[in-house]
Order: sequence, then C-alpha cells, then structure tokens
Amino acid sequence: MHQTFDVALGIDLLHVNQAGADHNRAHFDGWGITCMNIMSSPGAGKTALLERTLAGLHQELAIAVIEGDMTTELDADRLRQYEVPVIAINTGRSCHLDAKMVAGGIHTLEHQYDPHALDLVLVENVGNLVCPAEFEVGEHAKVALLSITEGEDKPLKYPIMFQEADCLLITKVDLAPYLDVNIEQIAANVRQMNPHCTIISVSAKTGEGLEEWFGWVRSRVQASPLTKTHTHA
Amino acid sequence: MHETDMTKALILTVRNWWESQPDRPNITKIHLMVGQFTCVEPAGLQFAFEVQTRQTFLENAALVIQDVPLVAFCHPCQQEYQPEIGRQYACPTCQAPMDDIRSGRELKIDRIEYDGAEVGHLTPDPATR
Ligand SMILES: Nc1nc2c(ncn2[C@@H]2O[C@H](COP(=O)(O)OP(=O)(O)OP(=O)(O)O)[C@@H](O)[C@H]2O)c(=O)[nH]1
Ligand SMILES: [Mg+2]
Ligand SMILES: [Zn+2]
Ligand SMILES: [Zn+2]
Ligand SMILES: [Zn+2]
Repeated sequence: MHQTFDVALGIDLLHVNQAGADHNRAHFDGWGITCMNIMSSPGAGKTALLERTLAGLHQELAIAVIEGDMTTELDADRLRQYEVPVIAINTGRSCHLDAKMVAGGIHTLEHQYDPHALDLVLVENVGNLVCPAEFEVGEHAKVALLSITEGEDKPLKYPIMFQEADCLLITKVDLAPYLDVNIEQIAANVRQMNPHCTIISVSAKTGEGLEEWFGWVRSRVQASPLTKTHTHA
Repeated sequence: MHETDMTKALILTVRNWWESQPDRPNITKIHLMVGQFTCVEPAGLQFAFEVQTRQTFLENAALVIQDVPLVAFCHPCQQEYQPEIGRQYACPTCQAPMDDIRSGRELKIDRIEYDGAEVGHLTPDPATR
C-alpha cells in the first residue's frame, strides 16, 4: 500500500524575481538613484512622455533610461537625442520586464556610465496592461499611463497595474474634444481601488499637465533614500 | 505568456526542494494557491505545467490549483467584502475605496504530496538537471 506524505512549503512563486528586484533596488540606493517603472498598454504614450520628461528635466536631474521596447530599438533611438544614457534591453518575446532583465541593464549602466552621477532611472516597460505590475524590477515608484482613447473601464478590467501605481498619468488629453470620454470617470475608477494614487492629466503633444508631472518626479527623487552603503557581494 | 515564466519558477522551486530530499520522493501533487487578483490564468498555468513537466521528475505529478477569492476589508464599516473584479472595487455598503486587500494576491506553492512507497526507487541523477 502506498503511503502519502504531505509537506507544507508556502513559497511565493515570485520569490526569485522579488529577490532580484530587491538586489537591483539596493544598487540604485547605493548610487543614490531613484528608479521609476513606467507601465501602460501598447501605445499609451510612454516613449512620448519620456521624450518630454528628458527635454524638461535633463538640465536639472541626471537621468538615464532603461528601454524595454519589445523588438526594436526604435524607442531608444528617439530618446538618445537628449544625450542621456539610454540602455535598450532585449526582452525577447516576454510580455513584461522582470528583475533579471533590468539587472542586465544595470550592469551596462555600471560599466559604461557613472551610476554615482545619476539621480533618476526611468524604466520603460513592455507595453502591456496585464502583467508588468506583477514583476517588480527594483523600482521605487510605479507610474501607470492610461490614454483617454482606451476607455474609462480599463482600470476596472485590468486592475492590478492601477491598484499598484503610485502615480497615474491620464495621457493624450489633447484628444478629449474629439472623443466621447469622461476623464473624471477614469480617475474615479482608479481611486476606488487605489485611493492614494497621484492622478495627473497630461498631453505630450500640448504640454498640458507636464509641469505637475515634473513636480511629482522631483518630489520622488528628493524623497528617495540616498544611502551609499550597498556593497556588491 | 507569463504563465510559462510562472511555471518555470514553480518547477524550479519544487526541484530545489526535491533535490534537497535525500530520497528524491515521487511527487504526486503540487498544491498551488492562485489569487483571483493576479494576472495568472489557472487554465494557462495547467497547460504550461503539463507541457513543461513532460519527461521530467514531475511527469506523474498533478497540479492542483486552489482559487483564492479577492477579499478586502472596509475600515469605515469594519467588515470584509468581496469586490466584484472587473466591475466594482469600492465597498458596496459605504462606497469607501478598496484600501486593504486581505486575500486574492496569492501566487504560492502551498504544499506538496509525495508517495512514500516509491521512496528509494528513484535513483538521484544530477546529470538530468
Ligand atoms: N495626440 C497625442 N498623441 C500622442 C500623445 N502621446 C503619444 N501620442 C502618440 O501615440 C502614439 C504612441 O506613442 P508612444 O509614445 O510610442 O507610446 P508607447 O506607450 O511608448 O508605445 P509602446 O512602447 O509601443 O508600447 C504615437 O503616435 C504618439 O505620437 C499625446 O499626448 N497626444
Ligand atoms: Mg514606447
Ligand atoms: Zn507578462
Ligand atoms: Zn548586484
Ligand atoms: Zn464600507
């Protein structure tokens, strides 16, 4: 007769990624860098926002970009004109960035640039509303974008990214006159699952809301811990 | 797609446990807790598990997925409620936002069942890693 044994494990499936993310964050902390994970569905305007952000802030903050564009270097090329380090990481066919991929980007940053001189690393995640929020990469803040062309219901249908976001940017608001969209409803849908999220309406085209976004970025960079203690084992 | 990654993580974790056992027992069941407030589709996980465990030490193991519902706690009302995923997350009684998730975010290997009678029949072979 067979005897069956049973062992309780209680191990989180994401524990390996979590450990990798904590390690990445320790590097960032050691260099005095604030890292932000920029997430949205494909085409919501992540790269356009990054272009505007580099243009607006690169004089006052030393910024680098880790670009998780899925297959091409197109996005990275758009950003290099601002003469900041832009590291394109190969995500293969993955539908999200994970800590290991970003660790590769950090490695490049460490060996080709001076990470101590940087204040801010912006990570553009793979365009996907479903899973990027499930995989921490070592960020200090999560920024979610939702363009007004996507519909008010998207936060309700794909809640995790919006529930975890520290800042929500409602993008492409210059298009509001042409659409039947209720921006207040988008904000309300996010607030009902994430009451602490900062919500800003922006347009990368007209510049609306960008000053407020820059202000949020500044506050987060200053609020970050600047412990220069991490030693790499 | 991420179900494939999740399954890899699952198999790796179970393999680490299995290899730490001196007798390399025959694993018959893996009990996984999957919260409803995660990006993981149980059916996608089942499928990926079947594909990825073929001709491995887990060939005879079944993946048992326990769905864990989303439960939030409303502080104004001092009570738990189950938000309706896809429709409404605020408290149905007082409309306060969902601010304290008590369960539904789990992605956890709960426990493993293994077959005692098989103990010793398996020869550990590090070359098959
Ligand atoms: N009207 C308008 N169009 C915008 C705005 N921001 C971005 N777009 C346009 O939207 C399209 C997608 O923008 P991207 O910045 O490439 O979006 P993305 O999120 O980086 O896309 P992926 O990286 O492919 O997921 C482009 O055609 C942009 O010109 C905006 O504020 N207003
Ligand atoms: Mg882009
Ligand atoms: Zn994914
Ligand atoms: Zn390291
Ligand atoms: Zn209530």
